[in-house]
Amino acid sequence: MRKLLLGLLGTLVLVGGGITYVVAARGGGPAANAQPVVTGEPITLSPGTVLFRNAAAGPAYGQVAALAAPGAPRKVADLQCDRFAAARGTGICLRAKPGSLPPLSEVLVLRPDLQVRHRQTLPGTPSRARVSPDGKIVSWTLFVTGDSYAATGFSTRSGLYEVDTGRLVKSIEELPVFVDGRRYFAHDVNYWGITFGADGNRFYVTLGSKNKTYLIEADYRSYRGTAILENAECPSLSPDGRRVAFKQKNPDSTWRIAVLELASRRVSYPPESRHLDDQVLWRDNTTLLYALQRGDKGSDVWSTPISPTGRPALLIPDATSPAIA
Amino acid sequence: MYLANSRAADQATRRVGGTPRWHRVPGNVLALGVVSLVTDISAEMVTAILPLYLVLGLGLNPLQFGLLDGLYAGSTALLRLVGGHAADRWRRLKAVAGIGYGLSAICKLGLLAAGSSVAAIGAVLAVDRAGKGIRTAPRDALISLSSEPETLGRSFGVHRALDTFGAFLGPLVAVGVLWASLGDYGAVFVASFCIAGCGVLLLVLLVKDLRPGAASAPSLSAGEAGEAREPVPLRTMIGLLTIPSFRRCCGWAAALGLVTITDSFVYLALQRRWEIESTWFPLLALGTTGSFLILAVPLGRLADRVGRWKVFLAGHAALVIALLLICGPATSNWIAVVALALHGCFYAATDGVLPATAGPLLPEHLRATGLALLQTGQALARMVSAVLVGLVWTVWDLRPALIATTVALLLVTVAAAAFKPWEVKR
Repeated sequence: MRKLLLGLLGTLVLVGGGITYVVAARGGGPAANAQPVVTGEPITLSPGTVLFRNAAAGPAYGQVAALAAPGAPRKVADLQCDRFAAARGTGICLRAKPGSLPPLSEVLVLRPDLQVRHRQTLPGTPSRARVSPDGKIVSWTLFVTGDSYAATGFSTRSGLYEVDTGRLVKSIEELPVFVDGRRYFAHDVNYWGITFGADGNRFYVTLGSKNKTYLIEADYRSYRGTAILENAECPSLSPDGRRVAFKQKNPDSTWRIAVLELASRRVSYPPESRHLDDQVLWRDNTTLLYALQRGDKGSDVWSTPISPTGRPALLIPDATSPAIA
Repeated sequence: MYLANSRAADQATRRVGGTPRWHRVPGNVLALGVVSLVTDISAEMVTAILPLYLVLGLGLNPLQFGLLDGLYAGSTALLRLVGGHAADRWRRLKAVAGIGYGLSAICKLGLLAAGSSVAAIGAVLAVDRAGKGIRTAPRDALISLSSEPETLGRSFGVHRALDTFGAFLGPLVAVGVLWASLGDYGAVFVASFCIAGCGVLLLVLLVKDLRPGAASAPSLSAGEAGEAREPVPLRTMIGLLTIPSFRRCCGWAAALGLVTITDSFVYLALQRRWEIESTWFPLLALGTTGSFLILAVPLGRLADRVGRWKVFLAGHAALVIALLLICGPATSNWIAVVALALHGCFYAATDGVLPATAGPLLPEHLRATGLALLQTGQALARMVSAVLVGLVWTVWDLRPALIATTVALLLVTVAAAAFKPWEVKR
């Protein structure tokens, strides 16, 4: 009898505690925005606009935003994303579909007025998003579970969508690649972080396999790729097509930015040496934008010149996914 | 002789009259089953949301965790041995199982406390696995000691069915909590902790501990039986392999494990063959689980009646047929459904049936150690198999790798049937 009472009491405490926490979490989010925002003003993908994903705590968290002027409050759009990118009047918004387990992601292809032009639901959790410089191809990377033979391991799946033709490539895993001149086969091939050149044909992507990563230079029309560098992830091609910025893994498993000059195959390091996990964006041919995590919570967008003499500078506080329309 | 006896005994108990089946399952087995059900809900809740939490909640890169996976699997297998041995050594089956359940419960809060530190999250996940490794063998020993030897198959079947049902419910509960908390990951961890806590509470209050005294198994000499009153020394683990029937059981289970294909390969092959939308990919695992859930009890009962080792081998034959269907020429969608059902049938005929086979071969005071040894051997063999299939896949392709495994599995199954290890005196 005493056991029964104890059991009932213990269960009651546990269940009650759990329910209380869940209910308390409902109202958990802060009511005010940590960074002042302006709502209701339209945001368009007009050339030169710097957009980003608002990462300031508050009701506008996760919404696509634009800086009206330095120091002015950020304009936010009624569009919630986990990853965002834009180029030439095309936007891509990647977001986890709420209430789906195992996780599904929505890929939203956006018009210049940020209205949804195409919607695609795919399995996985958002990781990277990009738009080709000509605005004709959107690409993404999703994390998926249970794909590899190590049943609980993670893997990545990268795909792309041609905006004009509507052609969808759910995964580029069938891309034939050559490493050291030989066709590469492995059962654990993963691709992540696609970046396209101005011609909408040449692209770069990370190939991960057997604990190594390679920078793959690939041709979209002939659909084949070649490894040109080892230990290089999340490439980003400069507007002039001469350099690729990427993240390079340090011996302690953190990452730093590095830049490869394609003609000379020389790797240099911008003055930013902090740990970063992002696919960087070229603001122009000499400046990089990227999100840096700030302690336990929060993330800021920074900018750095690629020449080692400059210094990184904070560009937008409480922001991720910088994009230039 | 034994077979004939058990069949007669089973028929006798079935004739006992209108009592429904459930009433004849020992209370302790039901209690352990419910504990596993509740614990599995808690565990699968976390597994389901972990990738979302890591990537979107914390901004981490899950590839940083994925690489450690092989190491984890290996350490779990070894900890199972430690758990089994500790339980026998101190004759505290329930206490050691409780420690395992408790560790995993605390880890749910640990995930919340770990913040975004990769090292801390990795450590918490490792301790969670350790808890799972520690509790498995003493729990299975409790199940086997709580049942009559004649109905062990049914007891394990009931336990595995309840366990699987929990795994089924976990993701649903996680979705519910996320919905109720407006997408708060912390709430899922807290809810998971509370549910795991209820599991520990149920274990403490409902499960009766069994402390086997002197050995009762006929296969041990009088001298060895006397030792049982002392703490069990480590070398007895190896000593167990001197019991001929148990040694054969372990050997064949490991040999079969070596040619048993890992689930993900089966699903990948199915997906490629039938070009299944990757959105529906998770449904494949659900198909196997569903069939396992439905068949666990009937096949456990069948094993009690016709012989457990026979059903164990028949399970492997079902896997051979499933693989042949996947590799074969037929492309009807029904073939895929039947293959999945057979895959679940393989689990129902092997997962609980193996400890039910081995239990009676072991002296009571070494049951946890023996079951740990058996299952660790099988698990390590399956890990080797996964690596081998991966290699063959790299060199040739998935289909040749599947066909090679199927042929090897068929050969080993036939050999195991030909050697008839079940005919040895138990």
